[in-house]
Amino acid sequence: MTNPQQESANLFDDSHGAGYNVRVEAFEGPLDLLLHLIRKNEVDIYDIPIAAITRQYLEYLELMKELNLDVAGDFLVMASTLLQIKSRLLLPVQADEEGGEEEEEDPRAELVRRLIEYQKYKEAAQQLEVLPLLGRDAFIRSCELPDLKELQPVDDTSDVELFELVEAFRRVLASIPVQTFHEVGSEQITIADRINDILSLLQERDGVTFEELFSEGTTRDYLIATFLAVLEICKLKMVKLTQNSSFGTIWITRAVLDAVDAREGEESP
Amino acid sequence: MTGNLKSVVESLIFVAETPLSLDRLVSILEEHERSDIRAALEELLADYEQSGRGIVLVEVAGGYQFRSRPEHADYLKRLSKTRPPKFGQSSLETLAIIAYRQPITRAEIEYLRGVDCGGILKTLLEKKLIKILGKKDVPGRPLIYGTTREFLELFSLKNLASLPTLKEIQDLAQPPVFEEQGELPLAVATGGGDTGE
Repeated sequence: MTNPQQESANLFDDSHGAGYNVRVEAFEGPLDLLLHLIRKNEVDIYDIPIAAITRQYLEYLELMKELNLDVAGDFLVMASTLLQIKSRLLLPVQADEEGGEEEEEDPRAELVRRLIEYQKYKEAAQQLEVLPLLGRDAFIRSCELPDLKELQPVDDTSDVELFELVEAFRRVLASIPVQTFHEVGSEQITIADRINDILSLLQERDGVTFEELFSEGTTRDYLIATFLAVLEICKLKMVKLTQNSSFGTIWITRAVLDAVDAREGEESP
Repeated sequence: MTGNLKSVVESLIFVAETPLSLDRLVSILEEHERSDIRAALEELLADYEQSGRGIVLVEVAGGYQFRSRPEHADYLKRLSKTRPPKFGQSSLETLAIIAYRQPITRAEIEYLRGVDCGGILKTLLEKKLIKILGKKDVPGRPLIYGTTREFLELFSLKNLASLPTLKEIQDLAQPPVFEEQGELPLAVATGGGDTGE
């Protein structure tokens, strides 16, 4: 009857306030329960037989306590309110049955007002639910803008995560033909060679793309040397890696430091 | 002329991420008169209403938005893996109370519902369906809540005035018993007069 394994993924569900989430008959609170009892007994809401309703209310409370010890205090507050009304009704405030002139209000009046008010919003909630709900009845265009500015690196680029760099390298690796893996007697390519290559490339141009560095490579040695070269000069802060968006083109540009050095010390080789 | 403007308005509403209001359209289309834009918009609304196509142009949250035809919901659900929003009864009740009674404090909501609403209010705030409007000028200065534009968008409402009308609270101060009693002495009095003659 309780529903402890409620879908926690659904935030709109009643998983909060689980203290009294006793789904005996899905009562949302003491007022809901009272309304149910009034309807079940087919009594006039303006003339609630308090004694009978209070007894039934307390019986429900007992049942709920058996199911869940942490029955919310809200239910207990209402129980005491009911008992208070019951005792006030028992007091001989007005002896005659026709005492219409009495200023004193019926002890039930406030409760009745609350019940009616509550019922009004309960119905309003039902009316809300049948409105065309976005995502359930009506849908809108989901908007994911395509990446339009991948052509040049701009200043406010985010730094490339190492993981993405590795990903990019794997893409390059995947693109070379398998049969060239076991080429015999290929020429030795050192990381230092590739560092020099990349740096001289960057002397000519402002930036090169990550893929471009691997364009003439056909062997794994070459590719790995290139990749390690990129990591090395990156570590030495000689170049900067930038990217406009996740999984976008990775650009390699000269680090600012390098440019300053070059301008200041012309005589250095 | 209006034909072209209508087409421009259509494009703007199509691309806008949130419902586009007439005011916003007017500020974007600064080279056009407000009355012309309004006319184009109305033509567009009429066009879509007559077309019977899968896309409808609706007025929602004070603006205009293209949406899928609600009758097609069953097909559209297949398009997405995410589950459609679903409300628990307590969330709906709380939301209804806030929608109709805003600005309203937590204590007032809890009085109406008879239960603690702290957790629900938090969730509704997180979902941006309600917002804190300020503090009520009473002792304790409690926070007051109201609904948001997102609430209107979610429930396809033009504005708060277009909420379904609440059933009027019946006046319970006058049970029928009293009326009957009012009649009684009058009848006796006339009867008494007759016997006296």
